[in-house]
Amino acid sequence: MSNRIGVYVCHCGTNIASMVDVKAVAEYAATLPGVALARDYKYMCSDPGQTLIQQDIKEHKLDRIIVSACSPLLHEHTFRNATKQGGINEYFFQMVNIREHDAWVHTDRAKATEKAKDLIRAAVHRVPFHKPLEKKSVPIKSDVLIVGAGIAGIHAALTLANAGKKVYLVEREPTIGGHMAKFDKTFPTLDCAACILTPKMTTVKTHPNITMWTYSDVVKVDGFVGNYKVTVRRNPRYIIEDLCVGCSECVAACVFKEPKFPDEFNLGLGKRKPVYLPFPQATPLVAVIDPETCIQLKTGKCKKTCVEACGDRKAIDFNQKAEMKEIEVGTIILSTGFKVFDAKRIPYYGYGAYSGVYTSLEIERLVNASGPTGGELVLRNGQKPKSVAIVHCVGSRDENTNKYCSRVCCMYSLKLAHLVKERTGADVYNFYIDMRTPGKGFEEFYSKVSGEGVHMIRGKVADVFLENPADKNGRLIVQAEDTLLNIMRKVPVDMVVLGVGLEAQGDANDVRRQFNISCSTEGWFLERHPKLAPVNTFTDGIFLAGCCQGPKDIPDTVAQAGAAAAEALALIDAGSIELEPNTAFVVEQECSGCKTCIPMCPYTAISRNEEKKIAVINEALCKGCGTCVAACPSGAIKQNLFEDDEIFEEINGVLAHV
Amino acid sequence: MSESTTTFEPRIVAFFCNWCTYTAADLAGVSRMKYAPNIRVVRLMCSGRLDPQFVMAAFAKGADGVLIGGCHPGDCHYVEGNYKALRRVTLLKRMLADLGIEEDRFRLEWISASEGDKVKHVVNEMVAKVRALGPLDMPGKHTDWDKEMEELEAHVNNSQKEIPAHVH
Repeated sequence: MSNRIGVYVCHCGTNIASMVDVKAVAEYAATLPGVALARDYKYMCSDPGQTLIQQDIKEHKLDRIIVSACSPLLHEHTFRNATKQGGINEYFFQMVNIREHDAWVHTDRAKATEKAKDLIRAAVHRVPFHKPLEKKSVPIKSDVLIVGAGIAGIHAALTLANAGKKVYLVEREPTIGGHMAKFDKTFPTLDCAACILTPKMTTVKTHPNITMWTYSDVVKVDGFVGNYKVTVRRNPRYIIEDLCVGCSECVAACVFKEPKFPDEFNLGLGKRKPVYLPFPQATPLVAVIDPETCIQLKTGKCKKTCVEACGDRKAIDFNQKAEMKEIEVGTIILSTGFKVFDAKRIPYYGYGAYSGVYTSLEIERLVNASGPTGGELVLRNGQKPKSVAIVHCVGSRDENTNKYCSRVCCMYSLKLAHLVKERTGADVYNFYIDMRTPGKGFEEFYSKVSGEGVHMIRGKVADVFLENPADKNGRLIVQAEDTLLNIMRKVPVDMVVLGVGLEAQGDANDVRRQFNISCSTEGWFLERHPKLAPVNTFTDGIFLAGCCQGPKDIPDTVAQAGAAAAEALALIDAGSIELEPNTAFVVEQECSGCKTCIPMCPYTAISRNEEKKIAVINEALCKGCGTCVAACPSGAIKQNLFEDDEIFEEINGVLAHV
Repeated sequence: MSESTTTFEPRIVAFFCNWCTYTAADLAGVSRMKYAPNIRVVRLMCSGRLDPQFVMAAFAKGADGVLIGGCHPGDCHYVEGNYKALRRVTLLKRMLADLGIEEDRFRLEWISASEGDKVKHVVNEMVAKVRALGPLDMPGKHTDWDKEMEELEAHVNNSQKEIPAHVH
């Protein structure tokens, strides 16, 4: 029986039609064997476009549908649905990509049109072999894993926990809070970061639905949407979390009388002891012992005055070992954040060489009341700076480092300008390339700071050097071309603040592999669609929130965290998810039982039925890669949607060119 | 035939995995990168699905080149399908060489979802190389070979008739 194929060629407005002669393509398609009807239409994905397919199926008794439009990754679902609504099996549909793979990438209209014809011919050859298939449905476990407990992870965790879902919140640092906990004020409202963040941190700690594991790493992820099995390693902090009350008596009693080691939370600007609390509002408020510096842990020969101080609480345990926790969750949100650009990579700005050069994050700590100087902005010599230069775009918008704009630097540089001015009364010079303030209240904030007497100099800083080369701690000269006045400026200052950009975490690639998602070339986790699926990944059930997906400010991060939580909730509350039926199966009569396929399967979905002496595929474990299909010497394994016949016909069709 | 040699446009069949290279080609489109229109992509879920027969079929049906695109090693959406593809491609290359199909006509590339520019670069480079090689025309060769075989057969048959009986 021959098929009645309907072919639809989409104009996509002018996106396709401007480079592909859609009328000619539709006319050509109509001449192909089996094609009962071929049309071109302005927007196939629109409601009338979809209705057209449904009507045609009924009126013209179509039994196969081909839509040549955009990428199947975008609208295959839409048109399968329209096909189904028309009354035939949704897998009788085939999509042809003539936008992303054709119209948008070619410049020769005749050749692009020829290509569209070839691709449609391939589909016309393919569809007669399509079989009716049913989607398989898998249940979704309702627990959620959130990796990274900065503001994104915290917000997503609270949203889900408030909706009654059980959340595992995993953080590798000893405290939750992320970068936001280090900031002093937040732009443009200048509300104190701690005042808005720490209450949320406390709620996380006490929420009955949240299991918070700090100082922990995800070490293994198995499974698939709805049924992930995750192993988390809880690293030893040598303090029993449940027994510690955060009184700090152990810290006071430590044999090191004075703090001696660089304090991570204050970026090394302050000092800490081997036993410490990261910062006063740390959550959990539990001490941590650093095995690299603790005498007892290094040599086993310490007076252990800390244990004495802890007394009956007995919270200190030098024998603590890493503990593995295995959890089962249905969905995962990654909110692993960012790292700031390493300013040493631009040597001519003198970071690390001249004591007067700081990064913006260091200044955040210096102006913070809980920072190493108690909120007093002073230079390393204890003096208040009388003049401060703030350099924008350090490690952003630069061919040599990162091409992208980090989005937050202009605003935080303006905020720091305001804070520096307010705290020290110093002359502040902001060196910027372009002032980028697109956000609610951002431009107003820029005007306000400009009105406070902060100098704005439009020019990229070319050099920072010592006024007196013999004095490495002395005044600095900031040199830049003022592109508004067209003059070279050399501004002497006491302090230089480098507005460092945001970069993907150093281990983003390892994390990406662990969770089987993708990264952009810069290392940001890749969203499923930049506009329409901004928190989804290519792996079902794994969502993104915050700066791990790209630089963004706190309001955007929180909005995205809420979106990720909502996407996870949508899956959980649906109870199950339908999966593509592209799994493999064995045609029993043709299987010789050679076992070639068994080691091919990365999911151990294939086993051998010893009684029948043939291979058996467990459909629930099969993810549909088709590796076994390609390996089977007798052609006994087939993959739904990608059967050999279908692919061979596609090859024949694409080349069956007159 | 004469026309195709003067304005030879290579026909390259590509097999791209759904998760990395197909997505990268979508990205090239979204980024409006421009590359040669000689490539026709067949989507597979994984480069591990690549049956060597697909490649043979493409050449046999008239492809001038075949391009395989998969995820970078270690990045396969299905853990290790790309390694399986690599094994098959390695063997296949030897076989194609024995068949007289030039090396530049068959290529395997790891292209991740973010490497739209690599799609452009690889396609352009491959099209240029295959263009320089000229048409492969396996279907034409098959016809020629069939014709040769027929002639040879006819010749053998004829000469047998001519051979005097005493020679036997």
